[in-house]
Amino acid sequence: MGSFLHRHRSLTPYLLLAPGMLWLAIFFLVPMVFLGYQSLQSGLFPHFQFTWEFSNFSSALSGYHTQLVRSFVYAGIATLACLVLAYPLAYWIAFRAGPWRNLFLLFIVAPFFVTYLVRTLAWLNILADQGPVVRVLRDVHVLGPDGRLLATTFAVVAGITYNFFPFMALPLYVSLEQIDPRLLEASKDLYASSTQSFLRVTVPHSMPGIVAGTLLTFIPAAGDFINAALLGTPNQAMIGNVIQAKFLESLDYPTAASLSFILMGTIMVMLLI
Amino acid sequence: MNEDMTRAELLRRGAAGAAALSVPALLAACGGSGGSGGGASTEELKKVLNFANWPYYIDTPQTLKAAGIHKPTTLQQFETKTGIKVNYYEEVNDNPGYFAKVQGRLSKGQGIGRDILVSTDNDRFLGEYISNKWAQKLDKTLIPNIKNLIPAQQHPPFDPNRDYSLPWASGMDGIGWNEKETDPVTSVKQLFEDPKLKGRVGVWNSMGDTLGLVILENGDDPAKVTDAVFNRAIARLQKAVSSGQIRKFYGNDYGPVLAKGDLAATMAWSGDIANLADPHLHWAVPTHGGIIWTDNMIIPLGGSVPTASTYMNFMYDPVISAQWALGANYISSVKDVKQAAVKLDPKAATNDLTFPTDKTLSQMHQNDPAMLTNPDYNKKWLAVQGQ
Repeated sequence: MGSFLHRHRSLTPYLLLAPGMLWLAIFFLVPMVFLGYQSLQSGLFPHFQFTWEFSNFSSALSGYHTQLVRSFVYAGIATLACLVLAYPLAYWIAFRAGPWRNLFLLFIVAPFFVTYLVRTLAWLNILADQGPVVRVLRDVHVLGPDGRLLATTFAVVAGITYNFFPFMALPLYVSLEQIDPRLLEASKDLYASSTQSFLRVTVPHSMPGIVAGTLLTFIPAAGDFINAALLGTPNQAMIGNVIQAKFLESLDYPTAASLSFILMGTIMVMLLI
Repeated sequence: MNEDMTRAELLRRGAAGAAALSVPALLAACGGSGGSGGGASTEELKKVLNFANWPYYIDTPQTLKAAGIHKPTTLQQFETKTGIKVNYYEEVNDNPGYFAKVQGRLSKGQGIGRDILVSTDNDRFLGEYISNKWAQKLDKTLIPNIKNLIPAQQHPPFDPNRDYSLPWASGMDGIGWNEKETDPVTSVKQLFEDPKLKGRVGVWNSMGDTLGLVILENGDDPAKVTDAVFNRAIARLQKAVSSGQIRKFYGNDYGPVLAKGDLAATMAWSGDIANLADPHLHWAVPTHGGIIWTDNMIIPLGGSVPTASTYMNFMYDPVISAQWALGANYISSVKDVKQAAVKLDPKAATNDLTFPTDKTLSQMHQNDPAMLTNPDYNKKWLAVQGQ
C-alpha cells in the first residue's frame, strides 16, 4: 500500500476525499434519487406505481402554495428578527466583552443542551393564556382582555426566531471578531464618524457572517414544522407540516416527495438570486 | 381467511357494515354463545406484557379511590394472579399518529415491541391493521371468557368472527368545558360560533369523531353520509377554522390544555373529563346528539399471542371489568358487568358514563364506515387542518 501510494502520489487527495464522498453518496444521493423516484409515482398506499406522474408537482403546488408562501414569509421575518437581535449582541461580545467572551458565547449555545422539542414545549407554558406573560401584557393593556399569544402567527414566528437564534449569532460573532481593529483605527484617522466607520468598515467586513447566518437560519426555518405544530393553529400551518402529514398521516408519499422537491428547488433558486 | 375472500364473504361484510351495531343493542346484554375456533398457539407465555393504550383509560389508585373501591388496580391484580409483569404505555394519542409511527415496521413484517395495542373502530386504521395482516389471530383457547362478550359486539364489520380483536372500551363523543372560562357549552353551534370562545375551542384530529358531531349538528345522519352531507359538514368546520374559532386539532392531548384554561371548551371523550378529576371541568352530550364508538385490542405482529390472550381473558371476567369500568369511566363490552359493579359500589348504577341511561343512548349515533375509508373525504379532512 505504502509503495503504491508512493508511486501514485497524485491519487492521495482523492483517496482522502473518498470516505466523505462515499458518505455523501450513501446518505444524500441515494435518498435523493429515491425521493425523486417516489415523487413521480401514483396510486394509493401501499400500492404505488412508477408512472412518470409529473402532475404530482403541479397539483401539490396548486394545493399547497398558501403554506409554501407562508413558510418563506415566516422564515424571512424570523431571519430578519434574528439578524436585528443577534448583530448588536455579537458586536458587543466581539468588541466589548473582553475576558467574558467565552462565557457569553456559552450563554448563546446553552439552550442547545436541551432538545429542540422540549425548548419549544416550554414556550407553550410561557405563552399560555393563563401564563405570566399574557397576564402582564393584559394588565398593561398591550393585549386586550381576551388577547392571547399562543396559537397566533406571532407565537410561531417568535418560536422560530428563538430556536434559530444561535445559528445567526455565532457566524456573526466569528466574522466580527476577525475584523482587524487597525482598520477601524484607520477609518477614525481618516475622519470617519463612528456611524460611517460602522457602515463602511464593520458591516462590509462582517458580510460573510451575515450571509452565513442568514443561510443557516433561513433554510432550516423554511422547512420547520415543530413551531407551527406546537405554537400555531391550522391557519399557521407551514409547508413542513404539510409534508409531515402527507408522509406520516395520509400516507401520500408521492405528494410528500414532490412537495419536498418543490421546497428544495425554491430554496435553491432563492440562493442563486 | 383474507387470502381468498369469497364474494359471499364480501357481501356479508358489506351487510354487516351497513347494519353496523345498533346503538340500543350495543349494551343490551343477554344470552349468546362466545366465539370458538382460533388455533391454539405453540408459543410460550412471556414474563412481560407490553401494552400500548390511550391516556385516561384504566383504573388507577386515584380513580379507584374516587369511585370508593378499595382494591388493587386491575393491572396489579393481573400481575399477582399470573406473575406476568405489565409495561403499560400510555402512548396512543390519536389513531392516525400511532398508525403512522408503527406502520413502517409492521409493513415489513417486523414487530413493534408491543403485545397489545388499542385502536378505534371509528377511524379507518383498525381496519387497516387487520386487512393488511398486521394483527395476529387471538388464541381463543386461552380466552374462555370470550363467552362474556356482549352480542352486539360479536360480529363487527372489520372482524366478523372476532378472530383478531376484542373490545377494550366504548365511549361517547361529546363536549367538555371549563366552568372557570365559560358558561356551559352544549352544542356544536355554540362551540363553532360563540364569539366569546374565539381561539379557545378544540376539536379532534380524527375525522369520524369531529365530523360525526358536526353532521349531527347539521341535522344530517352520520350513519348515511352522502357527498352533500360530508361537504356541508366540512364547510361548516372550515368556516370555524378560517374565522380563528378553532385553536387546534387534538388527539387525546386536549385534556391538560382544557384543565389549564387555554381551551375554554373542546370536543371531548366521555370518560376523560371525569378521569381528569377537576371539579371545574364538565362534559355533556351535545344537544343534537353524540357519537358512540368502540376501541379494540389487537395483537400486532411480533407480539406474544399467548401472553396477550391471557390478559384479554383476565379483562373479560365481569368482576374485573366492572372494577375497570368504574375506575376508567368508560363502557365495558362484558356481560353482567352492571351486576358486578353494583356489588363493588352501590352507587355505580347511576354512573351515566359507565352505564349510560336509555335516554343517553337514544342520543347516540354511529358513523358510516364508508365515510371513514373514502380517500377523497380523507384528503378534504386533511386539507381543513391546513395539511
